[in-house]
Amino acid sequence: MGLSVKRIVFFTLVTAYLFYTSFVYTEGTITEYPITGDAIEGRQLFRDKNCIACHQLYGLGGYMGPDLTNVMSIKGEVYVRAFLENGTQKMPDFSLEEKEVKNLIAYLTYVDSTSLYPTRNFELTWYGTVNSNPIKK
Amino acid sequence: MKIRIGRLFIITGISSLSLALLFGVLAAVQFIFPDFIPEIAFYKARPLHVSLAVSWIFSIGIGAVYNYLEEKEIIRFQFAGFIHWIIYVVTGIFIIVSYLKGTFGGREYWEFPPVLSIPILISWLFFGLVFFSSVIKIKNWPVYLWMWSTGIVIFFVTFLEANSWIFDYFSNSVVRELTIQWKSYGSLVGSWNMLVYGAGLYVMEKISGEDSYAKSGIAFVLYFVGLTNLFFNWAHHIYAVPASPWIGNIAYVISMTELFIIGRIIWKWKGTLTTAQKFHHKHPYLFLLASDIWVFLNLALAILISVPAINVYTHGTHVTVAHAMGSTIGINSMILVAFILHHFSWRKSWWIIIPYWIINISLLCFWIALIGSGILKGVAVVEGTSSFQEIMISIEPILKFFMYSGAFLALGFLILLFHLLFEFLQDFPENIFGKTE
Ligand code: HEC
Ligand code: HEM
Repeated sequence: MGLSVKRIVFFTLVTAYLFYTSFVYTEGTITEYPITGDAIEGRQLFRDKNCIACHQLYGLGGYMGPDLTNVMSIKGEVYVRAFLENGTQKMPDFSLEEKEVKNLIAYLTYVDSTSLYPTRNFELTWYGTVNSNPIKK
Repeated sequence: MKIRIGRLFIITGISSLSLALLFGVLAAVQFIFPDFIPEIAFYKARPLHVSLAVSWIFSIGIGAVYNYLEEKEIIRFQFAGFIHWIIYVVTGIFIIVSYLKGTFGGREYWEFPPVLSIPILISWLFFGLVFFSSVIKIKNWPVYLWMWSTGIVIFFVTFLEANSWIFDYFSNSVVRELTIQWKSYGSLVGSWNMLVYGAGLYVMEKISGEDSYAKSGIAFVLYFVGLTNLFFNWAHHIYAVPASPWIGNIAYVISMTELFIIGRIIWKWKGTLTTAQKFHHKHPYLFLLASDIWVFLNLALAILISVPAINVYTHGTHVTVAHAMGSTIGINSMILVAFILHHFSWRKSWWIIIPYWIINISLLCFWIALIGSGILKGVAVVEGTSSFQEIMISIEPILKFFMYSGAFLALGFLILLFHLLFEFLQDFPENIFGKTE
């Protein structure tokens, strides 16, 4: 493979990558449900306490605990509150203040509003993709 | 006085992996006994394990690049390399302390506070300076120089991207935040793969004494397949995230280009066996051979779980962990050990052969256990009939098997690492700091 061929392939790939990146940063991830209010503080707390080491959002995270994407709509606030206030044998009790519990619940409610996970009631196509209609709201 | 920066990084890498293994075993034990060492609970043990494991990969990958420059005696701005190493180690210590204290940035994998990304980026500038100023005059680059250059530049770019969340624009919705996070992680892994595979090719060139492969057309075709995947396949991690469907579709199509690599491995199987017979007495080759087999197994798994119809079951389970650890241990670590071994021209030693077999056999058990528990959990979750606790109880026997095989795996590595460290320190300090006249 000559040097000029290598250069052409290389710069073509890099250019495509730059275009793709700009798509991902903008239209590819258009924000229908921006985060607001208490949820912003809840998100910070979710990071500070490293909840993601044990939990997942959209299946991404550590695997000691359950996925939390839709925990609010499936289990409800009272249930979630019990975990946040007391912890369990596996989940630490973070001694959270009332305000902090509220913020975390606001964040989880926000995440819940964005879509459904895990994907259920789907159809598989012969070429290996998944048809489902998960968009919430 | 001539400092061997490559070797400083090798020692740093060996230390990182030793610690990573201890925290890995700790995290695995905590799956079964959550109260074990509560001061370092799972949410601390996991990031300690993962960050130190990543540090092992980067340390040796970086070490390989410096080592090349030092062996060829073309290194320039060596002092900048030394500063690179100092910043790397000091930042690493800060990161470990922040995890132990429970001060997190709280994003998966780089779970340290984001200010610590600044020294990492700065140290990388020193690395870039040394590397590019040293190789710029070389004509007709072998493929590993392309790989290292790519790895160095891409790391810098994607590490910046991985930190973009500190700006509101990039994290104002969970969809955008997760998408960009995994975009950057996918390419970051690609960047260390470039460093590691480059090291592997360099070692193979030295074992076989032929430099034709590293300049051949096929080597470059494979490099470009790798680069394409580095740029475009990352979204197979986030099929479930409701971003534009385009993103997932592109990842699916691009991921399938790796079938070409699998096909080539099968096609070349006979040739690999002949090479194996020729070089099997050389320790580094033994590890390269193991990495070839693990490439095959992990690539097959990766391609399977990149098919959305399969991913819908395996995503969010230990199958993903099997993919991550299978590749970082089976592929990356085997190549890195081969590199360390080649570096010091070892004589035949049971201290290497015995851990070699312990590592490979226990890794196979470890890998199968993760896949098994992942599939069981994935199917149960999609069916949606059992609770999380019920699922965890049903897979507990497999997690125990995972824990035991992991302990053996760690043992195998620790024997090997201490042997390497021991041999290495016999010539200390001349082999690092050179002879002082
Ligand atoms: C050390 C691991 C760990 C950490 C850290 C952790 N959790 Fe948990 N969490 C668990 C486990 C495990 C469960 C499941 C209950 C059990 O088995 O004890 C759980 C359960 C929950 C539940 C109930 C979910 C359900 O579907 O039943 C919620 C809500 C929750 N955690 C939120 C959080 C939040 C928010 C944080 C961060 C502030 C957090 N957790 C940090 C381990 C952890
Ligand atoms: C060379 C050695 C190793 C490397 C490079 C390595 C690397 C990794 C990586 C990259 C992850 C993140 C996986 C993911 O998020 O999908 C991980 C997770 C993990 N590793 Fe390792 N690992 C090694 C050895 C071990 C050993 C010996 C054990 C002990 C049993 C272990 C136990 C774990 C555990 C428990 C997790 C967390 C999984 C979870 O979140 O549920 N690792 N490792």
